[in-house]
Amino acid sequence: MDIYGSLVEIVGEEFVSDQEEELYIYSRDSGAQQPRKADYVVVPKTVEEVQKIVLLANKEKIPVTPMGGGLTLSGLAVPLKGGIVLDMKRMDRIIEINEKSKYALLEAGVTQGALYSHLQKNYPHLEHSMPDAPPMATIVGNVVIQGHGHLSVSCGINSQMVNGMEVVLPTGEVCKLGSCSVSPYWFTRDPLPDLMGLFIGWLGTTGIITKIALQLFPKPKFRDLLTFTSNELDLLPDFIFDITQLNLMDNLFIISQEWPPWAQGILYVPIVSAQDEEEFELKKKLHIELLRKYEGKITLVEGKHADRMREARLPVPPVTLGVMAADAKQGGGFEYTGGIVPIEKVPEASTRSVEIAHKYGQPYLLGYQLLTSGHSMMCGLAYCLNRADDEDVEKVRNAIDETNKMILDVGGVLWKAEAPGQRLMVQKMDPNTINLMKRVMKALDPNAIMNPGNWSE
Amino acid sequence: MALADYKDMVHRCFRCGYCKFTSDYSYVGFNCPIYSKARLESYSPGGLMWLIYASLVKGKLKPSKHFSEILYSCTMCRNCSEECKFQFHDDIVHVLKAAREEMVDRQLMPPMVSQFLKNVYDYGNPYRELKENRDNWAENTDIRHYEEDDEFLYYVGCVGSYDTVSQKAARALGNVLLRSGLSFGILGSREICDGNEVDMLGEKGLFEFLKEENTKTFKELGVKKIVTLSPHSYNTLKNNYSDEFEVFHYTQLLRDLIKSGKLDVSRGFKAKVTYHDPCFLGRYNNEYDAPREILTAIPGIELIEMERTKENSFCCGGGGGNFYTDVIGGGENTPSRIRVREAHETGASILAVSCPVCMMMLEDALKAEGLENDLAIKDISEIMDAALA
Ligand SMILES: Cc1cc2nc3c(=O)[nH]c(=O)nc-3n(C[C@H](O)[C@H](O)[C@H](O)COP(=O)(O)OP(=O)(O)OC[C@H]3O[C@@H](n4cnc5c(N)ncnc54)[C@H](O)[C@@H]3O)c2cc1C
Ligand code: SF4
Ligand code: SF4
Repeated sequence: MDIYGSLVEIVGEEFVSDQEEELYIYSRDSGAQQPRKADYVVVPKTVEEVQKIVLLANKEKIPVTPMGGGLTLSGLAVPLKGGIVLDMKRMDRIIEINEKSKYALLEAGVTQGALYSHLQKNYPHLEHSMPDAPPMATIVGNVVIQGHGHLSVSCGINSQMVNGMEVVLPTGEVCKLGSCSVSPYWFTRDPLPDLMGLFIGWLGTTGIITKIALQLFPKPKFRDLLTFTSNELDLLPDFIFDITQLNLMDNLFIISQEWPPWAQGILYVPIVSAQDEEEFELKKKLHIELLRKYEGKITLVEGKHADRMREARLPVPPVTLGVMAADAKQGGGFEYTGGIVPIEKVPEASTRSVEIAHKYGQPYLLGYQLLTSGHSMMCGLAYCLNRADDEDVEKVRNAIDETNKMILDVGGVLWKAEAPGQRLMVQKMDPNTINLMKRVMKALDPNAIMNPGNWSE
Repeated sequence: MALADYKDMVHRCFRCGYCKFTSDYSYVGFNCPIYSKARLESYSPGGLMWLIYASLVKGKLKPSKHFSEILYSCTMCRNCSEECKFQFHDDIVHVLKAAREEMVDRQLMPPMVSQFLKNVYDYGNPYRELKENRDNWAENTDIRHYEEDDEFLYYVGCVGSYDTVSQKAARALGNVLLRSGLSFGILGSREICDGNEVDMLGEKGLFEFLKEENTKTFKELGVKKIVTLSPHSYNTLKNNYSDEFEVFHYTQLLRDLIKSGKLDVSRGFKAKVTYHDPCFLGRYNNEYDAPREILTAIPGIELIEMERTKENSFCCGGGGGNFYTDVIGGGENTPSRIRVREAHETGASILAVSCPVCMMMLEDALKAEGLENDLAIKDISEIMDAALA
């Protein structure tokens, strides 16, 4: 069968490519994982087109890998088994903002940047929780990997903010999930069975999301960050407990990096906001007063370092220290193990990751984000790489692998894990759990066409 | 600088895509014209950087016909250099140009690019028009050839000289300059291509030749000050030619002439006007104010900004030789059509431009969009001409 010709018939010639240049670009990302060669790149515009592509792929048993921004850095939208990469970003309609019920109904290719712009312009009193990722990342891609944004502590992680979805199943049916399956409104995910769980965290292995309803939140008039510094890692679990007991933050970053020297200790960066100035000042004051309990051990940073932190961490959309890490080695890339660990395990994970970094001749670069109001910590253990140096890239791959093992060893789980990291988790997983996962995948995707190579042994 | 000089930089692009947006995210959409049309990652600044690295630096991919089309579809609009968050941001367009030089060295340009370059070499303009006809646009006007002791050389450029739409702007500017009493002249058949596009297309040798020839002519005639119709000419004459010549874009000169009272615009011009910033005046040379100062000085004009203005302006798609080579291709989402729709959305009745390339690109797009009855494209020189008392 002429697959290329069939794809052209579905989306038009401009939006299909099997040429080396597109295949090259869509076969790799900016992280350290090995490239995997795509056979076709397709850029659909409508759900009908997605449906036709899936039906074709299912019939011909061609792998399909949905891609948003392709920015996970862990190769999750790189087609491990070749086939079609489906770039979703032409499905970019912001269909509706429901102001009163506070949600945005979006097509799957809407980027973080686009939703931000749309709200800023038309609904300046509303915002969505924006990850530190570059604004080309899509809302859906971020939800699929259970990402987190600048409201992670106050409002939860981004996959919890989903009210509803439209999905194309691997067998071609279009399915609505959440209140939209019953009602014209996309306002809630409860009280129905949570079928969205079949698509969140599955890395595109169970179907293609074509629409999503995402919760919006009041945008505060005031927002600022505080910077605290400490050299005593062991205090971290207690301090996190105390600061979350205040229950006043939007978000909390923790940063520890070898360079610049002033960032070598642990920097706690709580972000606070308010609609009212008095409330705002009080919130900041209460956080600073907390330091009394930790006198001499955790201190407030002021002056130019605090301002630098503001510059790097406050803007939404962000230009973070994270992005800058990509040029730290003048090498065009970095990758991080995103370990999600219990709070009490953060000190151990940190100490061990510094050791791993040094073992691989890397400066340590730790960027953590507290998830929900103090229930777990995303420990981003990052390694800069030089894309021009294959050996260096391999070194980073090995460091990531060792860090992944360490995270599992301390009792954590791996976030947005690359395929080898997923395999480490599968090996450790309760056999009944992995069997259940396999049964779900088989039931939804009998020909295993969806992003194959992920979530398998 | 040659691509070899950037060999330790090209791989530093992270392919993060900040460069596809506007600086303040005020616009819901993308600001790289080729990505806006093609919507494939290969047609984006990051995609280009990675392909240049693979094809021309590392030799992992053969520099194919398709690669050459991707590379030459870029309009060199400089949005990427403006928006990239990394230290090397300014070098991105330099790399794009150096990659084209490499393609020219290897004779791997798309046919229309070769044609453009050959025509400029043979005729001194991309249109294969005779040199003798270069000043036909000035027939029946009082615009004369440059003479020693004239204060200004009015450098028209190929598009203003030969393109029938843009010739209107060339004439209008000539007329306004006459009315100001300034002593100036054109080169007529002695004018040849300024080389801005030749340079952007990567034909270094030809560019050097054009520069030498033009410089020779300027010097022979004793030219000291040059005013250009086109921002493309302005860009290269100002930045790549000898410092001996003082170069102005006409909007800068007219702004000053209004301020000094040498041009009286009190007749006014009643219209709602929106203004499109050309890349080679705006992002390349940081001149955003002069055209706006002219428009706001004219009584009756209500200036309404488009969503994307100044450093966030959206390229008309004609840069980097695309006005002729059209490597970027046609269709509903060509940059010029997107831009015309954006201008129409402001409610303006006039889309003002200050560049003959933008003028012809947007005029074509206006027709393709069927908006001729709602919107008119006018060069600022034409608006000035009409507003003079
Ligand atoms: C500098 C930097 C900082 C970052 N900071 C953060 C951060 O603070 N918080 C955070 O959460 N993440 C962060 N990330 C990680 C990541 O970039 C983001 O989570 C991003 O939102 C992923 O979205 P994407 O569109 O790039 O997804 P992609 O990489 O395109 O896709 C992710 C996964 O979802 C699948 N997928 C994509 N679209 C669909 C669809 N329509 N249907 C089904 N499956 C689909 C893909 O197959 C893939 O498995 C960061 C990344 C970088 C580079
Ligand atoms: S050019 Fe700059 S902003 Fe664009 S992808 Fe490359 S590194 Fe990112
Ligand atoms: S110069 Fe303009 S068209 Fe070319 S890659 Fe940069 S933003 Fe896109």
